[in-house]
Amino acid sequence: MKRYYQPEIETAPRERILEIQNEKIVRQVRHVWDHVPYYRHLMEEKGLTPEDIRGVADIHKLPFLSKADLRDAYPYGLLGTDLKNCVRIHSTSGTTGRRVVAFYTQADIDLWEDCCARAIVAAGGTNEDVVQVCYGYGLFTGGSGLHGGSHKVGCLTLPMSSGNTERQIQFMMDLNSTILCCTPSYAAYIGEALAERGYKPEDNKLKAGIFGAEPWTEEMRREIEKSLGIKAYDIYGLTETSGPGVAFECEEQAGMHINEDHFYVEVIDPDTGEVLPDGSQGELVFTSLDKEAFPLLRYRTRDICVLNRKPCSCGRTHVRMSKPMGRSDDMLIIRGVNVFPSQIETVLLNEGYTPNYQIVLDRERHNDTFDIYVEVSPDQFSDLMSQIQRMEKSLESALRTMLGIGPKVHLVAPKTITRSEGKAVRVIDKRKLHD
Amino acid sequence: MAITQLSLFLNNQPGQLVDAVSAISDLGANLRAMSIAEANDFGILRTIVSDPEKVYSQLKERFLIVRNHVVAARMDDRSGALREILDVLNQANVNIEYMYAFTGSGPEEAYVVFRVNDTLAAEQMLQAAGIDTLNDENLKL
Repeated sequence: MKRYYQPEIETAPRERILEIQNEKIVRQVRHVWDHVPYYRHLMEEKGLTPEDIRGVADIHKLPFLSKADLRDAYPYGLLGTDLKNCVRIHSTSGTTGRRVVAFYTQADIDLWEDCCARAIVAAGGTNEDVVQVCYGYGLFTGGSGLHGGSHKVGCLTLPMSSGNTERQIQFMMDLNSTILCCTPSYAAYIGEALAERGYKPEDNKLKAGIFGAEPWTEEMRREIEKSLGIKAYDIYGLTETSGPGVAFECEEQAGMHINEDHFYVEVIDPDTGEVLPDGSQGELVFTSLDKEAFPLLRYRTRDICVLNRKPCSCGRTHVRMSKPMGRSDDMLIIRGVNVFPSQIETVLLNEGYTPNYQIVLDRERHNDTFDIYVEVSPDQFSDLMSQIQRMEKSLESALRTMLGIGPKVHLVAPKTITRSEGKAVRVIDKRKLHD
Repeated sequence: MAITQLSLFLNNQPGQLVDAVSAISDLGANLRAMSIAEANDFGILRTIVSDPEKVYSQLKERFLIVRNHVVAARMDDRSGALREILDVLNQANVNIEYMYAFTGSGPEEAYVVFRVNDTLAAEQMLQAAGIDTLNDENLKL
């Protein structure tokens, strides 16, 4: 069985990868200096010229780019080539502030699709597979990315896009899909929908799924694997760096290999910007080494991760990143432990609660108090106190397992948690009042 | 058979109980019996009302509310009356989760409400032992 899409690079010795990165970064910094006045200006402010960057060891000198820069430079300010050389755009959902629009040349599309092809082959894909892509097609990168990767591997590609579960199931069963690409929550939903229609996990021909674009847990992975009878692989990416495929899981399912020949990765302290040693938890920063149209250098993803450089038994030599643990901009430090609201949300959903919750932090005799108010849903309510208390205990222990520290859970009636302008206030930190 | 109990989830705060009780009386329903189970942050208000279907459908948007069946057994006003009822349930190996009592509209008429693990069995055993039980129709009065 074919294990790698591009074995020469995916299993290259570390020295070779470093050589490629060193070559590419020198060229890329020059390219950005010549074509992106916005970034050139940031470099000039730090007194840098392209000559200062002689390899990836010098990358730490370069200025960061953040989401705010992308908004300031909207729409063309970070474009790295003439529009006539661009063939496509993609865009973020724009849920926070202004949309980000990313541009692609044909070469950019090619390298992105190569990355997705690597992910598909790592999940066991060959030209005999039927790949059902139910990520959204359109401005969102998910559909196009996996679609292009699937073509490169030579799979029969079903461009389903998202939604219409009835039709998804019909094509899956009639055309014998073997690899499913979608968000993990949609995969879980399809699993439930199949069971409701009386299908058993062995009734479908699926063998693998490539799931990403939202946070998910190991418990969710096991559930999806069980309900669909597949092996579930994680995939990571963001529109700013191209889309899915920046990193992907191999059969070890122990971290995602970053495509380091295209993306140089750093982990930094989100507060100081200092580069952290391997194995530290910090914010992921990516530098596109060879993208032409949207060549972001040192882009701060706000995703908090840990890198693992231990050799992987799959034979790939590229560094692995953990699942993102949360976002740096909403990280809380409670009793010295990093806690992300997204982790709490994940636990609530896994335990069957609605994600309506509020974290209240306070200080009592120099110790942090950590309370979570959770709205009870009609499915969980019972006239039996013992049943409600059992649920409460189970939620507390699931939270302790996920977070490493134990919050006190308070169950409250629906619609009691304060909402400002329709959006619930997630965190009330009263500790600051005492400082 | 058996009677319908409506349970409401209430935050443990001033004003919550009067809100719930007002909502029931605003519908013209009669509160025949009630009991509260309390925890630190919330309470469960369990009620027997004269028109459970109406109260449930009108209040379910506003309150977290759940319906279930409970057994209401008639109890004489004399020493040993409760014990006879409990003996019957015990012999039938029925487990009682909780119970409370209310008086009926007639003199010397009282009822014990049981939440049990097997409502049907409990009711059949009580009836076989000559102990009267109520159904929703009896409560409409």
